[in-house]
Amino acid sequence: MEFFIVSTIKALLVFFVLMTTLAYLQWVERKVIAHIQLRQGPYRVGPHGLLQPLADVIKLITKEGIVPPHVNKFFYFLAPIIAVSMSLIAISVIPFGGEIEVFGITTHMQLTDLNIGLLLVLALASMGTYGIALAGWASNNKYSLLGGLRSSAQMVSYELPLSLAIASPLLLLNTLSLREMVTQQEGFMLGFLPNWTIFQGPAPQLVGMVLFLIAAFAETNRIPFDLPEAETELVAGFHAEYSSMKFAAFFMAEYSNMLTAAAVTTTVFLGGWLPALPGMAGDLIAPAVFATGGAVCLYHGLNPARKRDKYTLPVFALVFFGLAALFLAPPLKDIAMPLFWFGAKTGALLFVFIWIRGTLPRFRYDQLMGFCWKFLFPVAVLHLLATALLVALAG
Amino acid sequence: MGSNSTMSEEQLTAVSEPAVNDSPLKPRRMTLNMGPQHPSTHGVLRLVIELEGEKVISATPDIGYLHTGIEKEFEAKFYQQGVTLTDRIDYLAPLSNNFCYCLAAEKLLQVEVPPLAQWTRVMLAEFTRLNSHLVWLGTHALDIGAMTVFLYCFREREELLRLFEMYSGQRMMTSYFRIGGLALPPPRGWQQRVKKLIDIFPSRIDEYEDLLTKNDIFVGRTKGVGYLPVDQMIDLGVTGPMLRAAGIAVDIRKSEPYSSYEKFDFEVPTRTENDVYARYLVRLAEMRQSVRIIQQAWEGMPGGPHQADAPKVVLPEREKMKTQMESLIYHFKIVTEGFRVPPGEVYQVIESPRGEVGYYMVSDGTSKPYRVHVRGPSYGNLQAIADMVRGTMVADVIAILGSMDFVLGDIDR
Repeated sequence: MEFFIVSTIKALLVFFVLMTTLAYLQWVERKVIAHIQLRQGPYRVGPHGLLQPLADVIKLITKEGIVPPHVNKFFYFLAPIIAVSMSLIAISVIPFGGEIEVFGITTHMQLTDLNIGLLLVLALASMGTYGIALAGWASNNKYSLLGGLRSSAQMVSYELPLSLAIASPLLLLNTLSLREMVTQQEGFMLGFLPNWTIFQGPAPQLVGMVLFLIAAFAETNRIPFDLPEAETELVAGFHAEYSSMKFAAFFMAEYSNMLTAAAVTTTVFLGGWLPALPGMAGDLIAPAVFATGGAVCLYHGLNPARKRDKYTLPVFALVFFGLAALFLAPPLKDIAMPLFWFGAKTGALLFVFIWIRGTLPRFRYDQLMGFCWKFLFPVAVLHLLATALLVALAG
Repeated sequence: MGSNSTMSEEQLTAVSEPAVNDSPLKPRRMTLNMGPQHPSTHGVLRLVIELEGEKVISATPDIGYLHTGIEKEFEAKFYQQGVTLTDRIDYLAPLSNNFCYCLAAEKLLQVEVPPLAQWTRVMLAEFTRLNSHLVWLGTHALDIGAMTVFLYCFREREELLRLFEMYSGQRMMTSYFRIGGLALPPPRGWQQRVKKLIDIFPSRIDEYEDLLTKNDIFVGRTKGVGYLPVDQMIDLGVTGPMLRAAGIAVDIRKSEPYSSYEKFDFEVPTRTENDVYARYLVRLAEMRQSVRIIQQAWEGMPGGPHQADAPKVVLPEREKMKTQMESLIYHFKIVTEGFRVPPGEVYQVIESPRGEVGYYMVSDGTSKPYRVHVRGPSYGNLQAIADMVRGTMVADVIAILGSMDFVLGDIDR
């Protein structure tokens, strides 16, 4: 009974946090891209556009859901459901932190720890492809069809380097459970270098991580691999005929996939929730980061030239200082610290996703395939073999 | 799809091989209707593309969605009023069209334009080239997927539009050139504004180059794409940067200098690869040359009147009109019934950002043209699309369309 209640509470909590994160990930993306492109991004709804995600959600829910007459209704409705559910389920096996004790109940900061967690994530990513391919086919629109075909070919091809790239750290970690993977990466080498997979001997997995990230970009349909929706070629690709919540479902699936990719990379290669620095230094980084953020906000907020930030930035500063204090409070520290490290690493990876979107053009279909089969796949195989050799030599 | 077509599908697909195929094993072809509402057809161009998978078998452009009847409209307007129509033909390079129209009318009238007006025209025409190339670069990069370049280009374009506004009071539909000179003398403070712009501009071009020129994905998408033999291009009437990227250094500014272009020192950049990438490099080099010309115009700008001494053509100064009887009469005559142009016909070409723009003007001695025909460079350039995209991929169609840099207003007229 207790297990049931705890699981329900955890599931609700994770669902709520995940939905908020997805909504705000979009806000962050718009802001970051805007600043890369010399714009300001959302600024109208709420201070610094902070309520923009809410407005977007309301807009998408209340929009008329148009179902074009020429679609195959069953698959047309099934496709967004598959896409969004598969991508949301994947988050259930990601560990956000270690063991914690709340109100006398000991639990893990993770929904469920499957012994085949990583396989589940890969399987769900493959299943998600069906959503896009079906959407393209069921829409009965030529642009959508091209988008759906592109996505099937692209995702099937990139799954190979993706799986191969993630197979090599498994040789070091000897487990498929994501929680155990993190516990295997505990500790520090030479007193300062964290024992993460990307640094761990005998075969540091830096190349593996880069390979995995490239393949993950393709799996999540992000620029430069966003061919299935390639706006300037296929108008909107597979979701051209989708509107209101059905469109939102695809949108959510894309961001959720991005989040999962970043979270898995963090867990497998970057030591999950483990701190980057040993001892006190690691503990002090979180409050230091937030305190610096608060100080920057305060500095700009008190600058008389920035009239429209007169109230918002000082309030942000207070929030940041409050968060910094949170990390210093002993009872909360144990919960907050792993979350901070997990969030910081995942956030940094997500920033890379957004940054690349603001920088690179898009591949052509045949180049995309050529890149996968002629470069990424052989390199991933060689990398796996090299890792295997090194692990075997080290005994 | 295709329910919004103006021509029947049979008519449009008749030129290619029949898509009918009985055997279930043979690949079936798909007819894709790209445009007239499509993010990358730059206006209302419609392309009917026959596809085999992602491969393009044939493409048939269908134009006319933006037909405005501008050419006919010239015949109902006084000569001076016609200038405002030329803005609307190529709305990304309005001053180049003003320029050509005015030169044609001046040739008929045999009016000599004073040096200040000539040099200012050259300077503004080059600014127009920069403006047009910036829009082209931004949208071309956007088509290929590089969003950020678009906004970087529009940052400088905004400055240029502000400069046009300073000169003419308008950002896009400038109509600043008058038959016989300029509408107004150059505004106060133009030196500082122009100087500021040309000082930063080369560094901004470097910035675009940083983002694209050596970007592997961009080079991969553009190199070797959109090749067409040079003789075919000439047969089709392709001009401008597209022809220069094919290795032919043809530039009206050099071969038939107008408006004292012969006094400026500049190069005609060419490439020989004749692909989308070469066109990109040529246009970027042209932007640098334009800055050079503007620099020279800025340094050597002559003084003097901004309009020709031709009282029957040019509106008198405001003060003279208010104080002198004769000027008042001329003013009244020009405004109410236009000026009469001696009978004859003339063809004037200039180098617009897109290529050769030509105005053929026939006068029957009245105050309205008998006929004005415009040779739009975009029309000739777009003709190459069917041959260029054959056998390429869908994504290449977008890259090639972008490299042509056409304006639909220039094609449909």
